Amino acid sequence: MAERVAVVGCGQTKHEATRGDISIPGLVREAAMRALIDADMGWDDIDAVVIGKAPDFFEGVMMPELYLADALGAVGKPMLRVHTAGSVGGSTALVAASLVESGVHQRVLTVAFEKQSESDAMWALSMPIPFSQPLLAGAGGYFAPYIRAYMARSKAPDDIGVMVALKDRQHALNNPYAHLHEHDISYDSVKDAMMLWDPIRYSETCPSSDGAFAMVLAGEDTADASPNPAWIQGSAMRSEPTIAAGRDQVNPAAGRECALDVYRQAGITNPREQIDTAEIYVPFSWYEPMWLENLGFAEEGEGWKLTESGATTLGTGDIPWNCSGGVLSTNPIGASGMIRFGEAAMQVRGMCDQRQVDGAKVAMGHAYGGGAQFFSMWIVGSEKP
Amino acid sequence: MPAGSRDVAIVAVAQTEHKRSETIKNDVEMIMPVLAEVKSSLGLTQADLDFTCSGSTDYLAGTAFSFVTTLDGVGPMPPIAESHVEQDGAWALYEAWVKIQTGKADTALVYAYGKSSPGDLPKVLSRQMDPYYVGPLWPDAIDMAALQGRALLDSGRSSQDEWAEIASARRIAAKANPNATISGDHTAADILATDPLKDPLRLHDCCPISDGAVAVVLAAGDRARELSDSPAWITGIDHRIEAHSLGVRDLTSSPSTRLAAEKAGLGDKPVDLAELHACFTPQEVILAEALGLGAAGGSGSVSINPSGGALSANPVMAAGLVRIAEAASRISAGESERAVAHATSGPCLQQNLVCVLEGGK
Amino acid sequence: MSDDTGEGPAPIALPDGLWFAPEVSVEGISALEGVERVRSKRIPARLDYTYTAGEATSRSLAAMKEKRIIGEKCPEFGYVYTPPRGASANSGLPTTEQVELAHRAIVTSFCVVNISFIGQGVEVPYVNANLLIEGADTTTFGLIQEVDPSEIEMGMWVEPVWKPDEELTHSWENIKWWKPTGEPNAELDLYREHV
Repeated sequence: MAERVAVVGCGQTKHEATRGDISIPGLVREAAMRALIDADMGWDDIDAVVIGKAPDFFEGVMMPELYLADALGAVGKPMLRVHTAGSVGGSTALVAASLVESGVHQRVLTVAFEKQSESDAMWALSMPIPFSQPLLAGAGGYFAPYIRAYMARSKAPDDIGVMVALKDRQHALNNPYAHLHEHDISYDSVKDAMMLWDPIRYSETCPSSDGAFAMVLAGEDTADASPNPAWIQGSAMRSEPTIAAGRDQVNPAAGRECALDVYRQAGITNPREQIDTAEIYVPFSWYEPMWLENLGFAEEGEGWKLTESGATTLGTGDIPWNCSGGVLSTNPIGASGMIRFGEAAMQVRGMCDQRQVDGAKVAMGHAYGGGAQFFSMWIVGSEKP
Repeated sequence: MPAGSRDVAIVAVAQTEHKRSETIKNDVEMIMPVLAEVKSSLGLTQADLDFTCSGSTDYLAGTAFSFVTTLDGVGPMPPIAESHVEQDGAWALYEAWVKIQTGKADTALVYAYGKSSPGDLPKVLSRQMDPYYVGPLWPDAIDMAALQGRALLDSGRSSQDEWAEIASARRIAAKANPNATISGDHTAADILATDPLKDPLRLHDCCPISDGAVAVVLAAGDRARELSDSPAWITGIDHRIEAHSLGVRDLTSSPSTRLAAEKAGLGDKPVDLAELHACFTPQEVILAEALGLGAAGGSGSVSINPSGGALSANPVMAAGLVRIAEAASRISAGESERAVAHATSGPCLQQNLVCVLEGGK
Repeated sequence: MSDDTGEGPAPIALPDGLWFAPEVSVEGISALEGVERVRSKRIPARLDYTYTAGEATSRSLAAMKEKRIIGEKCPEFGYVYTPPRGASANSGLPTTEQVELAHRAIVTSFCVVNISFIGQGVEVPYVNANLLIEGADTTTFGLIQEVDPSEIEMGMWVEPVWKPDEELTHSWENIKWWKPTGEPNAELDLYREHV
């Protein structure tokens, strides 16, 4: 049986379009130091460091963990660098958790970041692959046709996406760390915004952000001494190819299977009832209803009904999603997955202040990447498993 | 469970011929034969493998998200549990070893690949340096290795004669390695008669440019015994990183290698074989000293780099995992009883991994 | 900068010999008192790469030069992939057998783009569509032109509009765009798996 693991410290930066006030090491240290202070630990207490981020062309530094070893107190320690595309923030947390689960280390610092204002994120995201057709419409242009397909399959009303964007951006107003704080946002302001890749409006699209998130993961002995550990109840990752016969990119098998594995470990048979809140990777509004179905919170074709009924809204709903504001409000690409995993942990640790779900005891963190093909998920809880 | 309590072994390895330049196959076509070979040699399909982990880097490929297309070569349909490190495959092997220790996997496929030929490798590697102060000076990888060589000479602990002996011995050994990029019969004297490339380094003090891939399969306990008559057991594995700036490090020693070796239990018993990921001859001297291997020329009881080492084939991102694979195959063949394999990352041996392997049931 | 004040985690103590702090004189710092800080630096970086198309891609681009669209087959499952990239992701095997594909495709889905990502030559709004080329088992994507975006539907048949013969190169850009053939939409069963 694997060792028990808990999150005992969380820290993040204020996420912005450009953190021009700080260097790359400064950015990661801002998050890492906050996590250490939260964990009541010093750099010396950490056994190993696991860092994750998306492609290095986003900052123009190759394998930046080599440069950042000093800044993260990793000198003399084992250091790993994970890269699994958009899901990387989540996979990084899972690799860190493995180090503790396996008994190899007791206390691991894990950080995920992106300072994508430094290079050219648009270019790096849609860098032409030699001998391949260039993307005609950027990243959103890849996902928009699948969203249209979901709308056709489910016969959802046209404005479900608008509701999701409104909700997530309103949630972000409760989160001092979120990038976008749209105080004047309304249903109409979202709906009237220009269609960027019809059916996705500009107002329903994630921003480009600089930011970092860090956590301290600890084994049972250390976690028992912590005032509010978030125990990992289950975790998994799954990958499938970008292009293959039989791929369902609207309801990917890798997502479904990853969730089933995590639920099995955590003893979840009814996600909607047993999970108190979830931080789910929704970079374009319609991914909320799509993932509600993919993750079994709703039957196939019915995910949009949960959104429409307000079930995923903080305060009024029984299964609030993305109380942090989600990817729609903050998106440093390499960090976004860890922000999901970390905000889920913060919910069950009662650390979320204005965005706290009252009495949250079980929360889910989720990340995906690539052409809806890489998935990493975890479930954390205030009770020891 | 206590660390390392599950016995994990390497049960199969496969490598490409590491060519100077692979201009016919793209990355995924290059890796498919080794992935197929390592699975078919065990009679396994992808579905039989519990976890997959790979190592590669975008900066070598010259495209973002480069590992995504090569994953197709694994055949990840239905979906698989898979992860990737932007590091040499030796670190992917470490991640897979840890996964098996958690009990969530009994077998793992680990692979790594890289084509160095598309870009100007020494220049590409300069992008690893501190982007504020050092990167803008574009110090290439050979420049930095030369700095390290100069420091080693100045310490009085080595000589260019010693380096030439190493260069000669490795290329001669490589003649027996069908996967090596280069091999040859130069004597140390022949080498010393050539002009410096970047003083104090000569051409033969440097590794070649190589394109290639490697794959291994890990298995735990009885599963390993089922799959192989002679598994190569990983009895210890650890890795450590040093500070980044060349100015705050003693470039003539490798304390992270020494520390990793200690944590991996290298010193518990003697080894008879060492595969060291030294891309430059001075680095081999430094590593042999850090690992306590005695005279670097390989005289005495330890055979150093019988494969020819990275000096004969350096598929960047795979070269470290290749060292582990080479040591493992000699263990499995009964040519070695206890071996150490080493992998490195970063400028002038900044980060190092040590893996100790033993034969036996 | 950050709002962390003073009390941070204690400084690190390193294992022997892994790092040493060189003797540093800080006398010169006070002389910089009035000097404007460097807040950022734009550092150009250029790297040149020579890319290899790979065997499967080379074959498909050679066909493109001859105005032919080909896919390649998975040796285990028989699925046809286009454009072929070398591996059948379903099996992990190299695709080797070429299949000639018809010059028509079903629009399985699409989006209407209102900001130009392509640059010159294409006006906004334009349509980026997922296309199931007849004979293939995977979709590719393409630009749709010569029709009002509001008239495009899932299930529509389209055909490629090629560059003039003298402009053909080894590239999928030989197909400038796709346009409706005018025939009735495809039965859902023909492309059901792809929506």
